[in-house]
Amino acid sequence: MMVANDDPEKARRFRDAALPYLDDVYTLARYLLRDAADAEDAVQECYLRALKHFDSYRGPAMKPWLFAILRNVCRAEFARRAASMTTPIEDASGAEEQTPLWHEEQATPEGEVLRERDAGAIRRMVDALAEPFKETLVLREINNLSYREIAEAVGAPVGTVMSRLARARAMLRSAWLAEQEQSR
Amino acid sequence: MTCDDAEIMLHALLDGELDASHAREVEGHVESCPRCKAALADYRKMHEAMANAELRYTAPPALRQRIEAALPQPKIKPSRRSLLQGFAMGSAISAIAATGLVAIVLRDDDRQRIESELVSAHLRSLQAGHLTDVVSTDQHTVKPWFNGKLDVSPPVIDLTAQGFTLIGGRLDYVDARAIGAVVYRRRQHVINLFVAQTANTERRPARTDTLQGFNIRSWSNRGLNYWAISDIGADELAEFSEKFEAAANANKEG
Repeated sequence: MMVANDDPEKARRFRDAALPYLDDVYTLARYLLRDAADAEDAVQECYLRALKHFDSYRGPAMKPWLFAILRNVCRAEFARRAASMTTPIEDASGAEEQTPLWHEEQATPEGEVLRERDAGAIRRMVDALAEPFKETLVLREINNLSYREIAEAVGAPVGTVMSRLARARAMLRSAWLAEQEQSR
Repeated sequence: MTCDDAEIMLHALLDGELDASHAREVEGHVESCPRCKAALADYRKMHEAMANAELRYTAPPALRQRIEAALPQPKIKPSRRSLLQGFAMGSAISAIAATGLVAIVLRDDDRQRIESELVSAHLRSLQAGHLTDVVSTDQHTVKPWFNGKLDVSPPVIDLTAQGFTLIGGRLDYVDARAIGAVVYRRRQHVINLFVAQTANTERRPARTDTLQGFNIRSWSNRGLNYWAISDIGADELAEFSEKFEAAANANKEG
C-alpha cells in the first residue's frame, strides 16, 4: 500500500512527529506478538494507517495514539492466528479480570526478598503474563506512559488501568519469587 | 484506608500519580501494615530493575527504511523517477530504491549518467584532502567506520598482498545518494571502489567502460553493485576486480 501521490509536506510533518517513536512502537509489538517478523509487519501497517489518519490526528500525545493503532493491528493479527489454528492463543482475556487480586498474594513465600534479575529473565517473565495485564505493564514500565496515556492507548478508563497494573505487578512479583525459589 | 484500597493505590504512589494528600494517606497505611509495606518494597525493586534492565527492543533498520519508503518523497526529479520506474519490479523494490540506495542500472543512458557521476566523484576524490574520510590500511578499521553511515556494509578487503594497497574509505554522493567508496592504491594510481546496494541479488559479470580517460569496471554480486574507477590500464583494473571477487568469495566461504 503506497501513498505515493500524497502531500510531501504532510509526509514530512508525519515523519517528524511519528518516526521518533518507532522503537517504542516496535517494542510494544514485540511484547504483544512475541514474534520478530510479525512485529515488523504490524509496525509497518501501524505507520501506514497512522499516516492515512494523520489529518484527523489532533493530539495531544503522539505515542498513545500510535499505540492505539498498533493494538488494532495486533488484534487483527491475533484473529488471523486464531483462524489459522497454528498458533493457539493461550488466554482469553476477560476471564483473568474476574480472578481476585489476593490469589497471587497467597503464593508469596514468607520473608522472601526479591533479588536482581537480568534483562533476559525479566523479559521472559513479562512475556509469560496474560493479556491485558502484560500490555498494561509494558506500557507503564517499558514504554513509560502515564496512567492517563495508557488509558488513551488502550481505550479504557484510568480506574481499569490501575487495577490491571496492580494485577500485573502482583503476578510478576509471584513469578519473580517463584523463579528465584526454583533457581536456588 | 484498607488493604484492598492500598493494593491498588500503592502502585499510583510508586508511579508518582498521586497528589500530596493521597500520597500521605497511602504512606500512612503502608507504615502501619507490614504486608503492604513488603509489597511496596518489592514493587519498588521490580520497578527499578525494569528501568535499569534493557527491556526495550530496537526496530531493525530495514523496517525503518520500509516505512520511510512508503512516505511520499519530496521533490523527485522526473529523470530520477523514470530511472526508478525503469528499475522497479514491484512496490517493495521501488520502495527500497526510493530510500537511499543507488538503483541497479538497467538502461544504457542511466548507466552512462551514473558512470559520469562516478567519474566526477573519482576526480573530486583526487583533490587534496578529499580522498579518504578514514585513513587506514587495516580492513578492520575501515569496515566498522562505514557502520551507521550507509544502508549497506561495503566489503572492505585488504589486497596489499595482491598488489593493491588499501588506504582508506570515504562517503560520497552519487545519484543524489550516499555511497561508500573504498580506496586502494596501485603504485601511484588511486582506485576508487564504489559500493551500493542493488535490489538484484543475481551475479552480474564484470564489464569495462571508458569515460573521460578513466576505466570503469562494474559488476554485481550478492546484492551489491560495484564500480572500480581508476586511470590504471583496463587489464590491471580487471585484475583488481578479479582479485577482489576472489578474496570476497574466500571470505564468504572461509
